Amino acid sequence: MDLSLSEEYQALQAEIRAFIATHGHKSPKVGGGRKRPDQKTLDWQKTLLEHGYVGRTIPVEYGGAGKTPDVMEAAVIASEFAAANIYAGLTNQGVSMLVPTLLEVGTEEQKRAYVAGTIRGDIIWCQGYSEPGNGSDLANAQTKAELKDGFWVVNGQKIWTSSAHYADMMFLLCRTEPDKPKHEGLSYLLLSMNSPGIDRRPLKTMTGRSEFNEVFFTDVKVPESQIVVGRGKGWYVANVTLKHERLMIGDASKVTTRLEQLIKMLRATEVDGVPLIRQAEFRDRLLRLQGEVIAWKAHNLRLLTEAAQGIDSGVKRMIVKYGGTMLGFRLSSLAVDALGAAGLPFESAGEDAEDDDATTWNIDYMYDVGLMIGGGSNNIQKNIIGERGLDLPREPKVQTAEIPGSSPGRRG
Amino acid sequence: MEFGLSLEQRQFDDSLRDFLKDRLPMERLRALAEPGGGYDEALWTGLAELGLHGLIVPERFGGAGLGVLDAAVAAEGLGYAAAPVPFTGTTVMAPLAFMNSATETQQDEYLPLVAAGEARIAVGFAGLAGQTGAASVTLDGSRLSGTIGGVMDAGAATHLLIYLRDGTAALVEAGAAGLSTVPHRSLDRTRPLTDVSFNATPAERLAAANDKLAAARRVLDAGRVVLAADTLGAAQTMLDRAVAFAKERVQFGRVIGSFQGVKYMLADCVTTLEPCRGMVWYAAHAQDAMPDEARLTACHAKAHVADVAREVARMTTETHGGMGFTDLLGLHYWFKRIGFNRQVLGGPERCREEAAELQGWTLHG
Repeated sequence: MDLSLSEEYQALQAEIRAFIATHGHKSPKVGGGRKRPDQKTLDWQKTLLEHGYVGRTIPVEYGGAGKTPDVMEAAVIASEFAAANIYAGLTNQGVSMLVPTLLEVGTEEQKRAYVAGTIRGDIIWCQGYSEPGNGSDLANAQTKAELKDGFWVVNGQKIWTSSAHYADMMFLLCRTEPDKPKHEGLSYLLLSMNSPGIDRRPLKTMTGRSEFNEVFFTDVKVPESQIVVGRGKGWYVANVTLKHERLMIGDASKVTTRLEQLIKMLRATEVDGVPLIRQAEFRDRLLRLQGEVIAWKAHNLRLLTEAAQGIDSGVKRMIVKYGGTMLGFRLSSLAVDALGAAGLPFESAGEDAEDDDATTWNIDYMYDVGLMIGGGSNNIQKNIIGERGLDLPREPKVQTAEIPGSSPGRRG
Repeated sequence: MEFGLSLEQRQFDDSLRDFLKDRLPMERLRALAEPGGGYDEALWTGLAELGLHGLIVPERFGGAGLGVLDAAVAAEGLGYAAAPVPFTGTTVMAPLAFMNSATETQQDEYLPLVAAGEARIAVGFAGLAGQTGAASVTLDGSRLSGTIGGVMDAGAATHLLIYLRDGTAALVEAGAAGLSTVPHRSLDRTRPLTDVSFNATPAERLAAANDKLAAARRVLDAGRVVLAADTLGAAQTMLDRAVAFAKERVQFGRVIGSFQGVKYMLADCVTTLEPCRGMVWYAAHAQDAMPDEARLTACHAKAHVADVAREVARMTTETHGGMGFTDLLGLHYWFKRIGFNRQVLGGPERCREEAAELQGWTLHG
């Protein structure tokens, strides 16, 4: 057990603290759901890129800082920004999912075309995965693409597509080999959201904004070269993406930041002349959450250490999404309760402006519910924990209509 | 940075678990639990071979000179086996009390005996810990008077070390004049609680600490972390057994672990319990190396792990169905161990209250 930072990391820590002291006032607000980055956010992203706090391990030729990947460095950066309640850079699907995927398996041309623009925040991506009939069963995607005269011609529908209403590009999982078994019939395409034949219909959510969309494809033409890896390799590429998503661990910064914000809020908010932090019911909830956050931070330190040692953390990693979203929700719940009636006036400033604090908390509180559902709903997570983590048997298979040629007994 | 157990700690953990698995099968546990004395000579002596007694006693006194983290690793193993040994008091709090508060002469006299397993010193808090029950003891010169209820790990104690409300520490020999000890079998038959009364009983002060209250709290904090570790081990046993049972038990033509109702309970157990392990390690390491975080993390670990374990104990018992409720499976030894650990040295509400005071969050803070 050694929680001390080596000199190298202490130096990095000192460097970031100095950076935050000088530039921190320019940071956009943390939290509040997902929007197209405004000018303030883009400027901040540029500053972070120049200092190597985002795009740190991305090669210089693709717009990054070209450093060797180091989970400890990443953890030091995340924890310093979290402690200072400073925006740590864009974490949209282009940055966190597409870029690492292209860097691993994309062509030179694809890397040159998309990586730099994406990490600057100039190219916003959306992920074309879920379909109306296939939410949790991703490999059953039915949107199809046929190759005709050097173009993929895409037809079908996607749903729950975050950010599609303002995205520039989409990475799309679609069926190109209808005669092959389910997992082998998919391909992964990169397409412009401005292509003719794309119809985006924003789905207004409970936050009052349109975080999701339905996207309809009618004979949408995508140049043949826009395929990643190759025909029938879509499931493989999607799993490369997923692997990178899973590697983003050891980061308890969101719950840490929220706890710090809550402590400040409960100290500052007085009812009948007594700060909420000294009122037993509020204080008890805060204390319980503080205990949970201490446990969660320690758990993440453990995962971080194992990742640095190249150990697969198994069930310890599988609990992160379920446990983390639930803890996040309990924290935002206390925040909206501390805001109380005074926090009920709710006017979102729209897609490209900063909301007031109460609106931001209320959006986070609602958005947290979305996070429990998206990216593999929490009930799916419990299946994963039970079946892969604890080796419990699966539900017996129910007879369902399988797509033609799919292998029996496999479900995504 | 490396957050995890060292190779030596993992090896020690393995050998302790192997030893307990071999020496404490269910029928042996039942036999030891019935009298409820919380002490078994053979087990205690056997643990000496693993170096358990002198675990945190400094090397110059014949111990291994290790820390609270090592004690927490051992406690998790002991909790896993529901071992009836006076570990928290005798092996952790007592030597820490001497290291924090005794003179060099007193340390010379007692710590080698502790390391050898010959002195088994129970530690009682008359106040400070927030335990319910009698807690009124006074020290007049070198004479102790009053009563203290529910002292843990006093089943076969050779000495009692009593902390007064102000942090004063007084050592009494078993059999001293005016000392009366009434052991009670407790809910957890593997560990009794002892009511102690003093009537002008001769006592020896441990008075070398600069700040006796702070020194007393360090001992209390370490005890709380070790109890949290023990609880973690006990809850892990229950979870492991429930998972194994869910893979074997068939109802409606299916093993019950394939039902989402059962699967989701067990997923909830692991999701809440696994982070407790990191928490216990962190809090234990804080006792050894991060004094600024030691109190807060000890209070939170004692409280949080107790709350998580209560739910794990409930859900894993439910997983076993009617059998879980019977005496036959013996699952209740761990259920009760979790219940015992929760209440001694201050329950979750008390521990969180102390955490609040520490941060100035109370009305008077």
